[in-house]
Amino acid sequence: MFPYCTDPSTLEGLTWLSCYLTTTKHMMLFYSLGTVLLLLAITAPVALSFGFAGAMAAKSHIAPLSWVGKLYIAIVRGVPDIAFFLFFVIALDQGFEWLRHQIKCPDWDQPIRQGNDFVVCAAAKLPLNDAPQWVHEVYGFSLAVLTFSIVFGAFAANVLYGAMRAVPHAQMETAYAYGMTRRQAFWRVLVPQMWVYALPGLSNLWMVLIKATPLLFLLGVEDIVYWARELGASKTPRYTDYPHPDWRLWYFLGLLVFYLSFTRVSEIVLERIMRRLSHGQATAAGEAMRRAEA
Amino acid sequence: MKKLILTTAVLALTAGMGLAETIRMGTEGAYPPYNFVNDKGEVDGFERELGDELCKRAELTCEWVTNDWDSIIPNLVSGNYDTIIAGMSITDERKEKIDFTQNYTQPDPSAYAALSTDVDLANGVVAAQANTIQASFVAAQGWKLVEFATADEAMAAVLNGEADAVLADKASLKDMVGSNDKLMFLDREELIGGGVGMGIRKSDSALRDKFDAAIQSMKDDGSLNALIAKWEIGEAF
Repeated sequence: MFPYCTDPSTLEGLTWLSCYLTTTKHMMLFYSLGTVLLLLAITAPVALSFGFAGAMAAKSHIAPLSWVGKLYIAIVRGVPDIAFFLFFVIALDQGFEWLRHQIKCPDWDQPIRQGNDFVVCAAAKLPLNDAPQWVHEVYGFSLAVLTFSIVFGAFAANVLYGAMRAVPHAQMETAYAYGMTRRQAFWRVLVPQMWVYALPGLSNLWMVLIKATPLLFLLGVEDIVYWARELGASKTPRYTDYPHPDWRLWYFLGLLVFYLSFTRVSEIVLERIMRRLSHGQATAAGEAMRRAEA
Repeated sequence: MKKLILTTAVLALTAGMGLAETIRMGTEGAYPPYNFVNDKGEVDGFERELGDELCKRAELTCEWVTNDWDSIIPNLVSGNYDTIIAGMSITDERKEKIDFTQNYTQPDPSAYAALSTDVDLANGVVAAQANTIQASFVAAQGWKLVEFATADEAMAAVLNGEADAVLADKASLKDMVGSNDKLMFLDREELIGGGVGMGIRKSDSALRDKFDAAIQSMKDDGSLNALIAKWEIGEAF
């Protein structure tokens, strides 16, 4: 990276470290930090919308819809995350490829499952075999986002379902008494008021989501855990310009600090949001704020 | 729509130029000298050079992919990549799930590395990478086995005192033992495994034949031996 890095074996101390920490491989570690943040940035709203849909379905007055919502919540919440992740990514991938196979290669005569092998025609591969590597990476990442969203969406659905029921029933009855339809009362009275009840649960979920991001590594996405392990492993002079003993401890310590500071910042931000939402609400926190101002 | 245009463009391109078929090569990237990720973040090592040459001879375009050792076979059969080229020894157990090309290394003895030469293997703890021939060997002896996800972690376990010895391919241990004063080889070695080959889906026998022929041509003209000597992967053919 720096001009003085051409012969690392002659360097010492901080200059060595500055060269070491800016190798292309380390850049990939820093870049993977971005991957984790991007995952969070996409997954959080998507999971929340899954959760909202799930909670609306569970609360629905149409029985089958309500069963679907409740079943989704029960199944996903009851299965260990890791089992779900490992299963879902493979199942989604094969499901998509199977669908494409049916559409693109209708006259294919060989079975799709041959012993252990899952074989679809070349045109149905997702992504195509000759697609550039970044397409494969984006695809893997999207599968991960979808899986995270399904799993965390179920938890969010449960939280939102509880929050919807926590809104005082009298509020809804008043809305009906004013002539609002069910739909109007839901969107104008229930939804604006439920967030304050949902937020403690959702913020908890956000923290768990942050801490669950290393699961990306299990899904084959090269995330910070992958690079920390790879970079921290001992290196002998033959295979690198920067030989070092087993430094995984330091790399994982770095991860620890990263996650801890990230969750701390989240805590502070969530605290602020909670204060805003409590303002003027008929809850203990809202009442305390009103008294303090009065 | 965009995708459609892209696919059409790709099709037109491939049809027009008669471009070679793209094969995705799955490797671990954590098993020097066979395969590792270099400072530039690229796959490097004996198998990188070998694979690139094989692809050239078989007239295939190859793309390198890294995958965890543990899930390297499941991801091959589900079609995430088309070959495994990751220092994988040919064994009967693996042959039940996937096919192998002919071996491109001689059976390399597996060696033990330890902190002292008088380790009692039968009553000690032996470390090995999970799902390797070495791990099955130690388990079959009835010794105490601790398994690790990567070869490097297995070696680190000996230095940490978690295990008394580590069993691994000699070629992969050699460099580690040579650069660390505390580690040494035991005299005892084990001849296990039938050499290393490329793993290919059972349903993909056309691809296996192509690579088989390419490996044979490299054996015949001595270029494989040159690579083996360069990376110090056991005996020549």
